[in-house]
Amino acid sequence: MTGQGNSGIKPKHQRLVLLVIALVALVGAGLLAAWALRSQASYFYLPSEIVAEAPAPDQGVRLGGMVEAGSIQTAEDGITVNFIVGDGEARVPVSFTGIVPALFVEGSGVVAEGRMGADGTFVADNLLAKHDENYMPRELEGMSTEEVRAQVEATLE
Amino acid sequence: MHGFANPARFLRLANWLTPLLLVSGIVVTVGALLWGFTSAPPDRLMGDSVKILFIHLPVAWLGMGGWTAIAIASLVELVWRHPLASIAARAAAVPGAVFAFLCLATGSIWGRPTWGTWWVWDGRLTSMLVLLFLYLGYIALSSALAREGSSSRIAAIFGLVGAINIPIINRSVVWWNSLHQPPSLTMGNSAIDPVYLYPLLTAVLGFSLLFGAVVLMRMRTILADMQAEARLRRKAMQAAEGI
Repeated sequence: MTGQGNSGIKPKHQRLVLLVIALVALVGAGLLAAWALRSQASYFYLPSEIVAEAPAPDQGVRLGGMVEAGSIQTAEDGITVNFIVGDGEARVPVSFTGIVPALFVEGSGVVAEGRMGADGTFVADNLLAKHDENYMPRELEGMSTEEVRAQVEATLE
Repeated sequence: MHGFANPARFLRLANWLTPLLLVSGIVVTVGALLWGFTSAPPDRLMGDSVKILFIHLPVAWLGMGGWTAIAIASLVELVWRHPLASIAARAAAVPGAVFAFLCLATGSIWGRPTWGTWWVWDGRLTSMLVLLFLYLGYIALSSALAREGSSSRIAAIFGLVGAINIPIINRSVVWWNSLHQPPSLTMGNSAIDPVYLYPLLTAVLGFSLLFGAVVLMRMRTILADMQAEARLRRKAMQAAEGI
């Protein structure tokens, strides 16, 4: 391919430069859009966000965080569980009536769908278990539970 | 690179590379899955359902890798006008779409026992669904252009613009709170125990070999189609001249 035009730039280089400019503009626009969506595109609020900016009492929201160790209590009716969801900064008591998912255990992640009650208790209609990024066999569990928990909490902050 | 502008030269390479990739891909994939399914112990929380990981992660990576390949081929086509670039991009679209679909399907099957739901509209799942739709749109567009015999440049632009979704999928679990867990494998770091990690990486290798084999097969098919069409056109022209 030989250079054409007065500038002497090869067409192929001209196309490359134009495309790179277009791609930079495109990626910039995409990143700006993603940045603008930062809060809206989140699937749930953290306890500290809920506490700082309480949603309207009848507004459906999702609350996500760690189930605090030792906080799960089954009520007298046998199907209502009360527990505390925390993110290291704030703690929100949650009440849920129904069957909990298999991965719902103390010290693991949970996403509760529901609304904030007037007394500061989050009343959940639905519970989703959130798995962390760690995969390990049961035999190894006891060895590094603290390590795992520290890592899980680090990802939620 | 332009050495392969001549399809005959590319075909000579593809003719022995395709069976090699296909056979090694089948052997490695089947081996990795057997290894993973039989040797991996149940996860501390997820139990045996952790084994879906051996399929879910490779197909997810290749679903994204397929579009990355389309984007690179599109760039090569637009800048260097390489004659094989648009063919390579078209060839990568169908296996990429299949892997993106498999990623969504296995993820959904995995989500039911672990999260307690088949589907949620969180950042990761939604952006992956968008990728599948982008694939379907790309396949429809590029095959329509090829059928009409028009320039594939519009498809190449679509391939480049659609690539913006790839970093969004990758970062979705970091930027936004999502139900999907953050990445387990990052540069030099693994939160996956070696008993799962080694079969998993072998499965990634096996699926990648299969992906390469399918892309080469489809490239050869597209080239053969183009040759057959050119021959038909020539014959029709000769017949028209004969009248």
